[in-house]
Amino acid sequence: MRLTQGTFSFLPDLTDAEIAAQVAYALSRGWACSVEHTDDPHPRNTYWTMWGPPMFDLPDAAGVMLEVNACRKAFPRHYVKVNAFDNSKGVESIQLSFIVQRPAEEPGFGLARSEDAGRTLRYRVHSYATDRPEGQRY
Amino acid sequence: MKNDAPATVDLAALLAEANVTDVLDRLDRELVGLAPVKQRLREIAAFLAVSKARGALGLAGTPPSLHMSFTGNPGTGKTTVAVRMAEILHRLGYLRKGHLVAVTRDDLVGQYIGHTAPKTKEVLKRAMGGVLFIDEAYYLYRPENERDYGQEAIEILLQVMENQRDDLVVILAGYRDRMETFFQANPGFKSRVAHHIDFPDYADDELFAIARTMLAQGDYRLDEEGEAALREYIARRKAQPHFANARSIRNALDRARLRQASRLFARATPVTRDELATIAAADLRASRVFQEA
Repeated sequence: MRLTQGTFSFLPDLTDAEIAAQVAYALSRGWACSVEHTDDPHPRNTYWTMWGPPMFDLPDAAGVMLEVNACRKAFPRHYVKVNAFDNSKGVESIQLSFIVQRPAEEPGFGLARSEDAGRTLRYRVHSYATDRPEGQRY
Repeated sequence: MKNDAPATVDLAALLAEANVTDVLDRLDRELVGLAPVKQRLREIAAFLAVSKARGALGLAGTPPSLHMSFTGNPGTGKTTVAVRMAEILHRLGYLRKGHLVAVTRDDLVGQYIGHTAPKTKEVLKRAMGGVLFIDEAYYLYRPENERDYGQEAIEILLQVMENQRDDLVVILAGYRDRMETFFQANPGFKSRVAHHIDFPDYADDELFAIARTMLAQGDYRLDEEGEAALREYIARRKAQPHFANARSIRNALDRARLRQASRLFARATPVTRDELATIAAADLRASRVFQEA
């Protein structure tokens, strides 16, 4: 199942040139980019692992691409995304966030039911990836 | 071979279109002396225009290696020329942004194990799309200490210089003899730096012309005796140790302006506009340079 989170996620995967062009756009608006990765892509998992701090004061997209490629190299089978923050208003508000790498095989999610008091049914979204321990997923 | 390639390319038009001629002319006008440097800059600009034209006509060509080394004594204009170089490369389309990031050993090398690589990478990321200017580059290599972290910075630099040639241009600068030792000890650098530009020392006349330009920028001028004093000052200062070409001249003028201010301040009568703008011979002759002789 293809993960659809963030901008452009219904499009075919972006090429490196397209990613660089998006990053260049973000930098031209004065946004700072950061790289994050995870092996637990549950829709409610908003806290992915940071790949280094956000990169402020970069004039050119090549610097961000350097970190994207370093992260891909270190975690070849994780999801990797690029975030762009606008800090001009004094809050860290994400303006743009898109996936730049996904694993070859995406197991997807299942709907798990559990019974509660009085035969009430509760539902939750279960990520098949988390069935295996950390480091062995994907 | 592309079919839609045009039959001819006008090289001069290519340069003019990118406003490179403009930058080169301004360089000629605004920088005194440095004839061999200006000549090399013109050659490099022509070479870049030709490789661009070759690309337009569908001729094969690897992108030219643009890393450079600027050697010369202090105060000979290395940083100033590096800023212009970044502008030329940007206008010719070899650099996307054309900014200059000037660093020294301190900015690249860390204090403890594992500190150097992130620091160097941080600087490299900031310089991407522009020029990385490493002043006194030979300090990166310290042969007397085999555990020096400079070697780590050198390795990262070499890797980026090789793999991301279209993302950034590295300019190494420093004294001529020490740079030569540095290149001999690091053959990797020597083979990756294509252009070696040597900055000659300024002649007395050139230093005088530089001084006049500096004064004119600050709306100062010299009276006749002052000019004679300045010429004499230049000749004497050059013979003394720690002479740093244009930088020494700028410092001397700064001190002369201080003396002019206190001279005018000590007077009881009101000062005229003319007096405020004029540096007199006395302001220069009060210098230590004249006293020691």
